[in-house]
Amino acid sequence: MLDELPLRAAGVAKTFGGGFDYGRLLPWRRDGHAPEPPRRVVDDVSFEIRRREIFGVIGANGSGKSTLIRIISTLLLPDAGEVRIFGLDVVRDTMRVRALINRVSADPSFFRNMNALENLLFFGKVYGLSGRDVREQSPRVLARLGLDWEQALEPMSHLSRGQQQKVAVARALLTSPVLMLLDEPTTGLDPRSKRDVQSFVREVREEHDATILLTTHDMEEAELLCDRIAFLSGGRIVAEGTPVELRRTIAAGRPLDEITMETVFMELTGRSVEEDEEPREVLAHG
Amino acid sequence: MVSIAEHTPAPGRAGGGRLAWAFVERQTNLWKRYWAWELVWLMYGVVNTLAITFIAKQVGNEGAASSINVSKLILFLLIGTLVWAYLSAVLDDISLVVTWERWEGTIEHTLMAPVPRALHLIGMSVFGVLHAVVRTLLIFAIAVPFFSIDFGGANWLTAAVVLAAGSFSIAGLAILAGVLPLLYPERGAQMSFMVQALVLLVSGVYYQVSVLPGWLQVFSYVSPATYILDGIRGGIIDGKSVADTWRTLAALGVFGTVLIPLGIVTFMVAEQWAKKTGKLKRQG
Repeated sequence: MLDELPLRAAGVAKTFGGGFDYGRLLPWRRDGHAPEPPRRVVDDVSFEIRRREIFGVIGANGSGKSTLIRIISTLLLPDAGEVRIFGLDVVRDTMRVRALINRVSADPSFFRNMNALENLLFFGKVYGLSGRDVREQSPRVLARLGLDWEQALEPMSHLSRGQQQKVAVARALLTSPVLMLLDEPTTGLDPRSKRDVQSFVREVREEHDATILLTTHDMEEAELLCDRIAFLSGGRIVAEGTPVELRRTIAAGRPLDEITMETVFMELTGRSVEEDEEPREVLAHG
Repeated sequence: MVSIAEHTPAPGRAGGGRLAWAFVERQTNLWKRYWAWELVWLMYGVVNTLAITFIAKQVGNEGAASSINVSKLILFLLIGTLVWAYLSAVLDDISLVVTWERWEGTIEHTLMAPVPRALHLIGMSVFGVLHAVVRTLLIFAIAVPFFSIDFGGANWLTAAVVLAAGSFSIAGLAILAGVLPLLYPERGAQMSFMVQALVLLVSGVYYQVSVLPGWLQVFSYVSPATYILDGIRGGIIDGKSVADTWRTLAALGVFGTVLIPLGIVTFMVAEQWAKKTGKLKRQG
């Protein structure tokens, strides 16, 4: 029996590096080869997403957004805590979770010499769709995203970055995910493609009954699309709420419409969202 | 808003065979798109087959062997090069399953699809075998006219049965080798090629295993390629029937039964480790 809560993360943590370096057993690597220090990338992250909500995770590059998405996507194992998708544990119920989710990342990730239709056929079929399902649905979805059918028959490498990203959105949508993970889906897109993808995200929620987790470092996009927002800094969630609630936390009597989300982020995290973050090294006894 | 329990995830509607076949279709599409590379590998296979088999003719011209023995040597080397072309194509296609996805940048999207890893690997293995059969038949068709070979006594059925039985064990070995790029994103592909090189050395591809030093011969017993070559040469050179090669077929059956499950389980364990250490990413 599936739970109705699309996503619940509780105490999720992930550290990279710091394990035993077997290379150091080799005599010629004992000296001058510093072991990789442990880096805490996600640190005690807890949040919940409700049905049909667009939940934004905002953070600078290196803040842990993509690692968090990879854990939810079943591509990374958390060191601590748990993530449940509709009550299913992403570690123990991996296959059932995978059937419920799909992901759009900043990098469209396609077989670049295959055309869009061949890519959609492959990714549709591994999610259990028939070739006929994909052929029937693809033209409609691609047309809604502003892509001609002729473009779907071009190798992916011939399409612009924006067009590739639209095919990536179509790929995710074809499989009817009930939870969509959008990992910086508009990064690097031209303004027109960005608007197309953003309006499609809203449409997906309205018409396809999907819940959406969106990571971005674009404040404007987050405000435009998200019902609730969490700020991620140093692998931790430092604030969470609706855009209005977040503004209120720093308002101190100022009118809310004079406070930009960027200002809120800077005051709550102590840094700009445009600044790259370095993951924190974990102290040996800390 | 409908209840989540009313959603029927698409994978519930697909059988295992259809999921595995999706990988065969994808690889076929990639094969068509990279046809120029296929042509290069075909040319390489033909040249390699000719260059090695001509050594037998040289031996005959220098009078180092009788004409009967030269004919046998030509056939011995021709079978060796063709079987090696087949085995290396299967090993390449399957063992580079992760490397290929990393290179294309699709590794995360492919591995997060709700396909049991066993079906993914079986699909890749089926393509690897079909691809290798087509390429090897083409090399055979191009190379054979260069030599006057009498196939009158050849038992093709035995050769085909041995190759089919041996393909399971080679697929298992290739899946095991495919674990290396999963564990070592930067050097794993080269390590896979080392596995191929070792199989080439100990399996009697271009010479009888008996010419190897005793300690090296031991490894030939644990290489399924040794049995595949023995069985095919027995069928084509000596005209042995399928019944005559039952020992070889039994050995290959044991290898296949052990290596395929072992390969799949090892791959799944390695995938868990890669998920723990973050090595499933495109850049490793």
